[in-house]
Amino acid sequence: MTRLSSAFAKGHPALVCFITAGDPTPAATPAILDALVEGGADVIELGMPFTDPMADGPAIQRANLRSLAAGTKTADILQMATHFRARHPDVPLVLMGYANPMITRGPEWFAAEAAKAGVDGVICVDVPPEEDGELGPYLRSAGISPIRLATPTTDAARLPAVLAGSSGFLYYVSVAGITGKQSAALASIEEAVTRIKQTAEIPVAVGFGVRTPEQAGPIARVADGVVVGSALIDIIAEHGENSAGPVRELVTALANAVHNARKVDA
Amino acid sequence: MNAPIPNSFRTQPDAQGHFGQFGGRYVAETLMPLILDLEAEYRKAKADPAFHAEFDDLLEHYVGRPSPLYFAPRLTEELGGAQVWFKRDELNHTGAHKINNCIGQILLAIRMGKTRIIAETGAGQHGVATATVCARFGLPCTIFMGATDVARQQPNVFRMKLLGAEVVPVTAGAATLKDAMNEALRDWVANVHNTFYIIGTAAGPHPYPELVRDFQSVIGKEARAQMLSRVGRLPDLLVAAIGGGSNAIGLFHPFLDDPSVKMMGVEAAGHGLDQLHAASLAGGRPGVLHGNKTYLLQDEDGQILEGHSISAGLDYPGIGPEHAWLKETGRVEYTSVTDTEALDGFQLLCRTEGIIPALEPAHAIAAVKKIAPTMDKDAIILANLCGRGDKDIFSVAEHLGVKL
Repeated sequence: MTRLSSAFAKGHPALVCFITAGDPTPAATPAILDALVEGGADVIELGMPFTDPMADGPAIQRANLRSLAAGTKTADILQMATHFRARHPDVPLVLMGYANPMITRGPEWFAAEAAKAGVDGVICVDVPPEEDGELGPYLRSAGISPIRLATPTTDAARLPAVLAGSSGFLYYVSVAGITGKQSAALASIEEAVTRIKQTAEIPVAVGFGVRTPEQAGPIARVADGVVVGSALIDIIAEHGENSAGPVRELVTALANAVHNARKVDA
Repeated sequence: MNAPIPNSFRTQPDAQGHFGQFGGRYVAETLMPLILDLEAEYRKAKADPAFHAEFDDLLEHYVGRPSPLYFAPRLTEELGGAQVWFKRDELNHTGAHKINNCIGQILLAIRMGKTRIIAETGAGQHGVATATVCARFGLPCTIFMGATDVARQQPNVFRMKLLGAEVVPVTAGAATLKDAMNEALRDWVANVHNTFYIIGTAAGPHPYPELVRDFQSVIGKEARAQMLSRVGRLPDLLVAAIGGGSNAIGLFHPFLDDPSVKMMGVEAAGHGLDQLHAASLAGGRPGVLHGNKTYLLQDEDGQILEGHSISAGLDYPGIGPEHAWLKETGRVEYTSVTDTEALDGFQLLCRTEGIIPALEPAHAIAAVKKIAPTMDKDAIILANLCGRGDKDIFSVAEHLGVKL
């Protein structure tokens, strides 16, 4: 069993937490990553900052810019991953970002370095299945799961193409939009997840617009995992270098809601 | 590192939207189904005589095409070499070539049943052209424009507003064209159900580079026929300025399989290629941004750098993917001229021909100024005068130290 599949086989829904690497500084990231794990996150998504984060709303855009302004380099991110893996041998770590920083030294270089750093999966926002050849084959042969996004515009005819060659989990983007505050109605999420799970053989995690335990719990009743990002980024924007404590607090509350979601129901 | 020479240069892109290794569809999943729909609809429109008839009719009676082909006698005499001819696309309605593409795309939007238009703009020419066609067809439109560009292109901002557009200043990043494009993509992702994105240059995800090129190819098709009818032969050299590259590809494409016709694309070298500039081919390397793979100004980590040019229409850190491919195949030669050289070209055309060009074609004129004297007097250069300079007189005055 891989670290990713174990994370979704704990007998409860998984909490997936996203932060941007190097926000507010590269030095601050390890403590925030530890806070995610301590709070109960089952999967960590570490965002690779990019100058042009086209799919992100204002909160994550600013996190990208704070990180780049603090001088975060790809080498720093790989080092953060390496050290994270040493501290947390069992917690799956996923890199999430945009194509250009991932392919700029060649996709084979990126895949090899990420594998060496103990990275389990990669989400590349702007490499759809149609351009899989840009990155997917290199990740797969390095033993890294390419994790794809499905959205409300991904219809049943297209879903198999999205799933083909992906592994780890499927990230269902619950709103047709950018990351941030807009959230989808629970009924539409349930309908979509039910539909996707008829085809998908991998776990389905739901994200975009999930900010509170009150939102996360009900989603966890219908999905295999819940992704929270912008709400954590907002805490980091407010607390800067001292974010670990407040991040741990929110993650603990989110983990309670997500992990116990189905018990509440029963 | 030249790519293999194909039998024809006019059969790109392939079915997946690639021009050699360039182009493609690097977009978020939310947009992918829409991009596929757009491609399917464009295939139908391309095969539909009624679509072409409406496009041609609007270009003739609304835009004012065909634009003249003009021999520039005093400029030719002053440069003392090849004959210099201009394709006068600055005489189009709205004063630039941008309208050709906007007419084509809004007809596609209407075919697809979309009820809201968005666009990005740098100098404001594409924003004005988009606002114009939206007014003409009664569709609401939102134009994303970098806050820096809003400040330096006030006349165009006012024009867009007069035409009924909402202009949204974008403050992210350096607040110029690339940031406006990011914001337009974000809006599009959130409004895919009713919104059509009119991209202003021959870049972005497939099928945009192809369809923008096809709509702009009216420039080259007319010029080719006009040359044959006026002088009985094809020009020896085509010259056009390049930001994203839509006016250049529009001029070049119909001539690509004429081996006797050489072509030169002129990038913006800004303060110089060793300083701040916007010459993606000269100073960049291949990467992925805004939906396509192409040459980009970027650092060693793949972070995108800001382009700089005196011309707001050229300061984009990328270039259309077909140009990247034409560079690699060697079919088109790409060069660059600095802000200062472009200002000289601008004044040269004003003084010798009584034409105030936009700062974008002023780059082409500067390149013509360098190369014409090296060519025989019976040689013919055809340069694209892709926009008029009224919008630029304030920035030119400022650079020349004149207070208006």
